Amino acid sequence: MECVFGLVGDGFALIVADTSAVNSILVHKSNEDKVMVLDSHKLLGASGEGGDRVQFTEYIQKNVHLYQFRNGIPLTTAAAANFTRGELATALRKNPYFVNILLAGYDKDIGPSLYFIDYIATLHKIDKGAFGYGSYFCLSMMDRHYHQGMTVEEAVDLADKCIMEIRSRLVVAPPNFVIKIVDKDGAREYAWRESIKDAGVAATA
Amino acid sequence: MSIFEYNGSAVVAMVGKNCFAIASDRRLGVNLQTIATDFQRIYKIHDKLYIGLSGLATDAQTLYQRLVFRHKLYQLREERDMRPETFASLVSAILYEKRFGPYFCQPVIAGLGDDNKPFICTMDCIGAKELAKDFVVSGTASESLYGACESMFKPDLEPDELFEVVSQALLASVDRDCLSGWGGHVLIVTPTEVLERTLKGRMD
Repeated sequence: MECVFGLVGDGFALIVADTSAVNSILVHKSNEDKVMVLDSHKLLGASGEGGDRVQFTEYIQKNVHLYQFRNGIPLTTAAAANFTRGELATALRKNPYFVNILLAGYDKDIGPSLYFIDYIATLHKIDKGAFGYGSYFCLSMMDRHYHQGMTVEEAVDLADKCIMEIRSRLVVAPPNFVIKIVDKDGAREYAWRESIKDAGVAATA
Repeated sequence: MSIFEYNGSAVVAMVGKNCFAIASDRRLGVNLQTIATDFQRIYKIHDKLYIGLSGLATDAQTLYQRLVFRHKLYQLREERDMRPETFASLVSAILYEKRFGPYFCQPVIAGLGDDNKPFICTMDCIGAKELAKDFVVSGTASESLYGACESMFKPDLEPDELFEVVSQALLASVDRDCLSGWGGHVLIVTPTEVLERTLKGRMD
């Protein structure tokens, strides 16, 4: 089951997501990147129905870029979050997207922020949040160990603790995770946590 | 669980002597899991008019955005703020527009009218207005709130006493409801000032 979680630290925000693409009992691939880099200083971690996840997050990414092209300045994190919520809310009673989103961003004057956007378009600004079955373990872990103003090392340590919990306690635990960070220097991949590497293609005779 | 109980909420408004109180809990949940403990349910329309929206959080946010839009247009056209009675009729009309696909919210509206006379009302999700002279409640903890308010309310309370009564009624009621709580948010509005306070209750 898909797990996405995130937290805000001192001058940065972290999003961690599992990297399994699953269809019923079959694992298609174990290195699917579910945390999209929305623009230079924004991350969008999404979990939910496969097609909806990719289509909706790409739609948001393209519109965020369009705003920047048209207006010459990028959207703030709050604006991007409200835009995303608006799209989900409009679609909710017509053709709903089953995607849960954690949107992290860094703004020069405001600092790091993290937004929780439910699949039914509930928007809330949070310091720590999680989606999926993993949330049952991550939220408790973060409630215990999280504090305001964590350093990157402390935050990644907490993320590792959450990943350990998921791996040991969730029956269909995803094996691999990706950690992405956004701070004043931008949004980028921080690390992978792999316990199963995808097998290479076998050589043909 | 019904859709009204998806996020969990408790909102109450009470009338005092030339003032009113509007209070809500602070929990945002998804079924039985708590997502946040600082969720805002009471929104300001203008200095003397507040609306508390219980029920489904996404519809509360959408409805609030639509109402702010309508009120801003009203302000541009009429060059004044909306009276609470007018606003209540507006909310009722907007909710009934969606009669066969409603917003899953139960609003509580509280305001000071033209002569600073307190006005409170509530409505169901399709806009059936209920005016009251003493208190109105809504949310998952509404039954407890009815009992607590009925026993604690007295007419013509001063702002300080009203704050005590509303806080005790809210905290006592949400303690009996697993879907609402995690503190409270109370606003006391008088003709001259607005007192906003956060309550710490049982954090569970």
